[in-house]
Amino acid sequence: MSGVHRGRFGDELVPVNLTVNRQARTIMVEPRMTLLDALREELALTGTKKACDRGECGACTVHVDGRRVLSCMTLAAMQEGKRITTIEGLERNGKLHPVQAAFVEHDGFQCGFCTSGQIMSAVAAIEEAKAGWPSAAAADVRGPFTVADLSDAEIRERMSGNLCRCACYPNIVAAIAQAAGRS
Amino acid sequence: MHAFALSRADDPAKAIAAHAQDPHLAFIAGGTDLIGLMKDRAALPERLLDINGLPDMGRIEALPEGGLRIGALARMSDVAADREVRRRFPVIAEALLFAASGQLRNMASMGGNIMQRTRCAYFRDEDPLPCNKRRPGSGCSALHGLNRNHAIFGWSDACVATHPSDVAVALAAMDANVIVRGPAGERSIPFTEFHRLPGDTPERDNVIERGDLIVAIEMPARVEGRASHYLKVRDRQSYEFALVSAAAAVATDGRRLRSARLALGGVAHKPWRLTAAEAALRGVSLDEIDVLKSAIATSFTEARPLAHNAFKVELAQRVALRALQTAGARA
Repeated sequence: MSGVHRGRFGDELVPVNLTVNRQARTIMVEPRMTLLDALREELALTGTKKACDRGECGACTVHVDGRRVLSCMTLAAMQEGKRITTIEGLERNGKLHPVQAAFVEHDGFQCGFCTSGQIMSAVAAIEEAKAGWPSAAAADVRGPFTVADLSDAEIRERMSGNLCRCACYPNIVAAIAQAAGRS
Repeated sequence: MHAFALSRADDPAKAIAAHAQDPHLAFIAGGTDLIGLMKDRAALPERLLDINGLPDMGRIEALPEGGLRIGALARMSDVAADREVRRRFPVIAEALLFAASGQLRNMASMGGNIMQRTRCAYFRDEDPLPCNKRRPGSGCSALHGLNRNHAIFGWSDACVATHPSDVAVALAAMDANVIVRGPAGERSIPFTEFHRLPGDTPERDNVIERGDLIVAIEMPARVEGRASHYLKVRDRQSYEFALVSAAAAVATDGRRLRSARLALGGVAHKPWRLTAAEAALRGVSLDEIDVLKSAIATSFTEARPLAHNAFKVELAQRVALRALQTAGARA
């Protein structure tokens, strides 16, 4: 049938218009393709890592319209009109994002497989703290929260969705504390 | 994942009609549970209808009398961060913040949260193990299997699974209402009647029918709302489902309880209200620890632990007591 595009497994492909790292892109995807697979396989952005593929490890964290999400647990075809940022889009004019620089300075990684997700999660977590979002580490959620309250316990709680098999957690927490302007 | 078609809904009435006439169509909002179920082949819809574009369903409104209306498409993180939710019903904000991770809370909708399915490993397993919830009539692997995480109240031989939602426990304690629109119009379901006990039909988690769309969760004003607390005990400090959790809310005269609301998570197929305990707590002083303990114990005469979860009977009473005391300190 003319006009119908089919993918590798015979599914009908659907077009999706989205902005990825400040560039407008149109991709043709099977409805069952996750955003994670579309980034890696259709857009060749392999900085975003596929590990558990079940929403348990955080390695696939990207930003959609400025919010951190798990790209393995959402469909590419549901991202029409969305603004996606991946680890490749964090640097500006060849300069690392302050969170990236802090991870380098504090040795916030060993094998590096979880690092893209850790950094994307941390960038958004700092923004959430600046916006006054409380966390489960708060003694009382009724009160206000400011980024000055971003203790190590707060950082650990807010980053609990990102697992690191090398257990670089102390260095990750130190890097985020510095990037948040706390030290 | 299996192959399916995906389309976008822009009109609630059309979405409801499409769902009502198509047994193989599922709504998708945040997708954080449904996509996992599809990856595990525990859900195999042929068509998905993306409801994220439906108008006016993502709002969080503070109602004039002290209540709240939370749109079904509001994300967990937005509800947890909302100043009026935190002020009027801290138990709701806390239950949300103790659930999942920052990323998942940004994605998951409130309607989807209360629709999420059990985390019972036999139900979720990719291999076809006996599970009456997944394949009715096939048996329950957990009844005499690994049931440490399973129910101590209200289970049947057909199913011993627990409901995994945290915020559902808070909403049950506070007697919220689920606003549902179906082919016959809109109705309001009291939260404690929304989820079902397993009985002989554990494949049905709740009273939602084909063609039903959850549009909002309404939280009427409650005198106990501000003095409320959610306490969750789990195997890890963060990013884990509850072994046992408790939502508590109180109204007091000085230190004496005028009324108490208590519900438990992680112990039954639905949020488990401690109605006997609530009645026994009326008039008790928050300083009379032994009396508080015996009042809570009145709801545990009907506890029926399984081979691996007897610890939950004691743990749940302690968690309920501590949640009650923390809520009491906020009164």
